[in-house]
Amino acid sequence: MHSIVGDVTRIALFATCLADTLFPDVPRATVTLLERLGHEVVFPAEQTCCGQMHINTGYQRAALPLIRRYVDTFEPYEVIVAPSGSCVGSIGHQHAMVARRHDDEELARRAEAVAARTYELSQLLTDVLGVEDVGAHYPHRVTYHPTCHSLRLLAVGDRPLRLLRRVSGIDLVPLPDADVCCGFGGTFAVKNADTSTAMLADKMRSVLATRAEVCTAGDSSCLMHIGGGLSRLRAGVKTVHLAEILASTAGAGQGAPAAVSR
Amino acid sequence: MTTFLGLPGRPGRPGSRQSPSEPPHAPRGVGHLRAADPFPVAARRALADAQLRRNLSKATTTIRAKRAAVVSELPDWEELRAAGEAIKAATMADLDRYLGQLEVAVTARGGTVHWARDAIEAGNIVTALVQAAGATEVVKVKSLATDEIGLNDALAAAGIAAYETDLAELIVQLGHDRPSHILVPAIHRNRSEIRDIFLREMGDVSPDLTDDPAALAEAARQHLRRKFLSATVGISGANFGVAETGTLCVVESEGNGRMCVTLPQTLITVMGIEKVIPSWADLGVFLQLLPRSSTGERMNPYTSMWTGVTPGDGPQSVHLVLLDNGRTAALADPVGRAALHCIRCSACLNVCPVYERTGGHAYGSVYPGPIGAVLSPQLTGIEDNASLPYASSLCGACYDVCPVKINIPELLVHLRARHVEEARRTHRLPSAEAITMAAASYLLADPGRLAAAQSASRSGRLLGRRGKITALPPPLAAWTRARDAPVPPPQTFRQWWHSQHGDDRGGPAPGDRSDRSDRSDQ
Ligand code: SF4
Repeated sequence: MHSIVGDVTRIALFATCLADTLFPDVPRATVTLLERLGHEVVFPAEQTCCGQMHINTGYQRAALPLIRRYVDTFEPYEVIVAPSGSCVGSIGHQHAMVARRHDDEELARRAEAVAARTYELSQLLTDVLGVEDVGAHYPHRVTYHPTCHSLRLLAVGDRPLRLLRRVSGIDLVPLPDADVCCGFGGTFAVKNADTSTAMLADKMRSVLATRAEVCTAGDSSCLMHIGGGLSRLRAGVKTVHLAEILASTAGAGQGAPAAVSR
Repeated sequence: MTTFLGLPGRPGRPGSRQSPSEPPHAPRGVGHLRAADPFPVAARRALADAQLRRNLSKATTTIRAKRAAVVSELPDWEELRAAGEAIKAATMADLDRYLGQLEVAVTARGGTVHWARDAIEAGNIVTALVQAAGATEVVKVKSLATDEIGLNDALAAAGIAAYETDLAELIVQLGHDRPSHILVPAIHRNRSEIRDIFLREMGDVSPDLTDDPAALAEAARQHLRRKFLSATVGISGANFGVAETGTLCVVESEGNGRMCVTLPQTLITVMGIEKVIPSWADLGVFLQLLPRSSTGERMNPYTSMWTGVTPGDGPQSVHLVLLDNGRTAALADPVGRAALHCIRCSACLNVCPVYERTGGHAYGSVYPGPIGAVLSPQLTGIEDNASLPYASSLCGACYDVCPVKINIPELLVHLRARHVEEARRTHRLPSAEAITMAAASYLLADPGRLAAAQSASRSGRLLGRRGKITALPPPLAAWTRARDAPVPPPQTFRQWWHSQHGDDRGGPAPGDRSDRSDRSDQ
């Protein structure tokens, strides 16, 4: 990972198709946060989807045009950010692999180059922009679920926690068995719905044990899964994306932690 | 490498979908590699078994902690893993040569090498060897390869009784059960269940037997002692076969294996062809990796090694059956072949959140868990185990612990792609899923089409009340059985961005103006 602390002015945002469509507050919060830190954010309108769902379900050929689009769209930008560990993981670990599997070496090389400039939000903040205190205020009891792809594919480590610890007013409580998968897994949640639900039940048990009012993570997809379960149980715990917490400031909508449209 | 040394080509068996030029898969109707039910169906049954859930959770939690503790002791663990991976990859690249070397070395030391194309041939070879030794009973060391090929069934059909001597394997055999873990076959049983099995099935056990582990082990010891002393044929698998010396190696904890490979006059070892390693020095790497990864011990109690026949000491008739049974087919896939690197430590099972909740039987194969999900479909052909590559959330915990660094999530994704591609070639009509995926790809390949679809999806707001959707139509109905779904918001991010920046690319969908006005405070 290259460190170019300080001289980043323009950052291209990959909103991800899921957040663009269902959780627009997440990319909005990403824009708010980065602009507050003094950076110009651009949203290349030609973007759509990283293709992860297709790749992970076995439909690699159908993912090829999506990969090509991602590469074409973001190739002109020096620094790209996405508020999703799994999308950035797919871009970094799958795009070139799929291109090669379909004998497109040129696309594979370009994909590798763009992937090397694509950062998950906590990576961008800590490694590239060199900030941990982003000036956020969030007076709520919060627990953090690391999400598998952030944790294992991207190895973001404690970066999100370092960012959260610097948020003023926050009551950050550790999540038991945090590194265990929540059971989402993309189409796994539908193809193996019973097993997915069993995993979700254990994750919710851990979240509820913390007595937190908010469960946060760096991925809208896992949060949709955990949040969908908590909502069904009327558990009274919200899921809020890391970007939304980091974007929050004193006086700006502090009344309710319900930043996710649900 | 697509042809396999020593096994002359033969037309595919009836029922096989393969062309004669492709390496054969493990045959149907014999052995234990195929499930009766697809994974989701079998998993649903297992998930409802509270006793099983409790037994598995307790056992895997304990072993995970033990493994983590002993692995953290070694400062060069990552280097050892890299060495293990490199040795395995190099061996697979030259497998025919190392197997030839192994055959020459074993033969030179007085052993006999047999080549078995598949489960049926292996069963016939072993049966004939036992009959030639004049035996009607054999003692067995726990062996996945012999279970894979259903050897006990083949022997029983010839009137030969096979006695499992590993404690957990004995529990499974006495319980008329199937193994559910590659290291601890009876992991799904707790000790009071085991006591009940012993009381019911062991003719010679005291009715006062308690469920104290020491008492259970002693009962098994007494039960097996007579078999060890009377059996004239021992049957084992092998953890490793060293090509340069012809040495076979079995790693175990209880000492029953040591008895089986030393007491009988005849010793027959069934070894998968992928178990060959080039040299003694390589064995040093794996004997450091295996015990810490599997039982969480620094070293396992018994490591038995033998090289052909030692005159006047131990078995005087020593046989090695080299088993293919679909391995060459796996080897033919340059990505998938990494599954053959597995040293059967079971660490991936113990950390897998799916395995921990469903148990081994749900996978329907002697190889369950993450490694089973990538190995079984390659041995049988993907079509025969098509649900297994999807039996994972791709969380990656297995890859983190694998002592030979098999990237199981990547293999799963690869096998899913092979499954979809093979289905496309062989089925004339695309599945509903294939149509959905094609439609999604079409919409997502263009921002204009995506924006139009996003507008349409907001009709989903009609499904939702108070900000959530509690029932979705198929194929997403499975989602809302246990979870609410988010209601599409009045405005997508793309539309909000446009409203702020006036960028006409990706443009607003009709009707978002009013949506925007009620969010003007943001
Ligand atoms: S795949 Fe790796 S972790 Fe799993 S049993 Fe084999 S060697 Fe062990």
